[in-house]
Amino acid sequence: MEINFTHHQSAHCENGVVSNLMKFNGFDISEPMVFGIGSGLLFCYLPFIKVNHAPAFTYRSMPGFIFNRFAKRVGVKIKREKFSNPIKAKSRLDENLKNNNPVGLQVGVYNLTYFPDEYRFHFNAHNLVVYGKENGDYLISDPVMETVTTLTENELEKVRFAKGALAPKGHMYYPIDFPKELHLEKAIVKGIKNTCKDMLAPVPIVGVKGMKFVAKQIRKWPKKKGIKVANHYLGQLVRMQEEIGTGGGGFRYIFAAFLQEASTVLKNEKLAIMSKEMTEIGDLWRDFALDASRIYKKRSSKSDGYNDIATQLETIANREEVFFKKLKKAV
Amino acid sequence: MKKSDVPQDKSNLKSSGFKELCYAVNDNGEYTTEKSSGWEPKTIALDNAIDDIKERIEIAKNKVETNKTSPIEYYMELSKMDIPILASYVGMWKWRVKRHFNPNRFKKLSNKTLQKYADVFEITITQLKDINHGN
Repeated sequence: MEINFTHHQSAHCENGVVSNLMKFNGFDISEPMVFGIGSGLLFCYLPFIKVNHAPAFTYRSMPGFIFNRFAKRVGVKIKREKFSNPIKAKSRLDENLKNNNPVGLQVGVYNLTYFPDEYRFHFNAHNLVVYGKENGDYLISDPVMETVTTLTENELEKVRFAKGALAPKGHMYYPIDFPKELHLEKAIVKGIKNTCKDMLAPVPIVGVKGMKFVAKQIRKWPKKKGIKVANHYLGQLVRMQEEIGTGGGGFRYIFAAFLQEASTVLKNEKLAIMSKEMTEIGDLWRDFALDASRIYKKRSSKSDGYNDIATQLETIANREEVFFKKLKKAV
Repeated sequence: MKKSDVPQDKSNLKSSGFKELCYAVNDNGEYTTEKSSGWEPKTIALDNAIDDIKERIEIAKNKVETNKTSPIEYYMELSKMDIPILASYVGMWKWRVKRHFNPNRFKKLSNKTLQKYADVFEITITQLKDINHGN
């Protein structure tokens, strides 16, 4: 049984799943639009959470938030189900497929057999769509992949019940109710306002303040942690920024694409200019990653390298601070 | 980033024949998408992370051979796990898993407990007891 579902590749998994599910239901919503309305853009430093033996950084909001906010703001209702029993999780999935309903699933990456080995870490907030079952295999549309793929029942159960931080617990979700017509204007304004609020939040580890905090830490790493650990941490910072499915400067470019689209919808020329500015900031992030990589490539021990990139990060933080203050007034 | 600047470097992606999607600006200043085969700074970061794991596995192996830890730690590193992740897979407290790293305690573990670990690592109990078995 195969549902007539069209796979579109996306830069980021959650946006992609939402955009693909919306398109299936007859609403042409782009990936950047989902990301922008869902207020996906963020920066957060989580020193108390260790991922692969280094502190966690995130450049996006919590898994699930993007879809939740998007749905609420455009008036779509979503149903979410979690399971403690894998057999029940499987039968609910099969039921949905029988009813011609493709569903989104939260999965762990480690056992995704179609991923390159090097990318298979214990990361549990990946998203994909199941759109059918053939000869006992599930038909999978993983938005970061170029084409569709399949997983066996056993493989799918493993990724749905991956353990560790953010364990998916079989998490399955799908839209159940749509408005007659999507009114994006208000949703866009809400999405932008929310992002500005997050990025300018008066919390030391969040948004612009978070970046400045990390910059301070970077200066201290070589002395405090030793060169080896400092290089490892820096690698983590870049990997989280550039990780699979986000592309270079990743989320900043997606956000810039959103602003451009939003300027057409809202007929607001200011947003088109802001989009250009965001692109420039995205380029700065790329330069930052490039320079950081030069340090950990040579595994160099010069601490002035660390000072340089810390300064770079502070510059980006200042640019973004000005940017989001301006953006808040533009809508 | 301009569409023509989307990096097409060699990477681990290429060997598996897949490209990722990037957002970039075309000549008219409009946003569009372009596929990328990889970007060097990212590849280096990933390669370093992999080397790090290999090193951790090697260290764990030596520790097992010199009887400083149990094979559980070795297989944990081999599966790219840490103690919190392993504990949640076997369904035990973290401190209990840590105790099982003690080689003497490990020798006294029941088959039932060993099987739990073996299932998570997808190996047999014989392999769990001897890290060089079948390698």
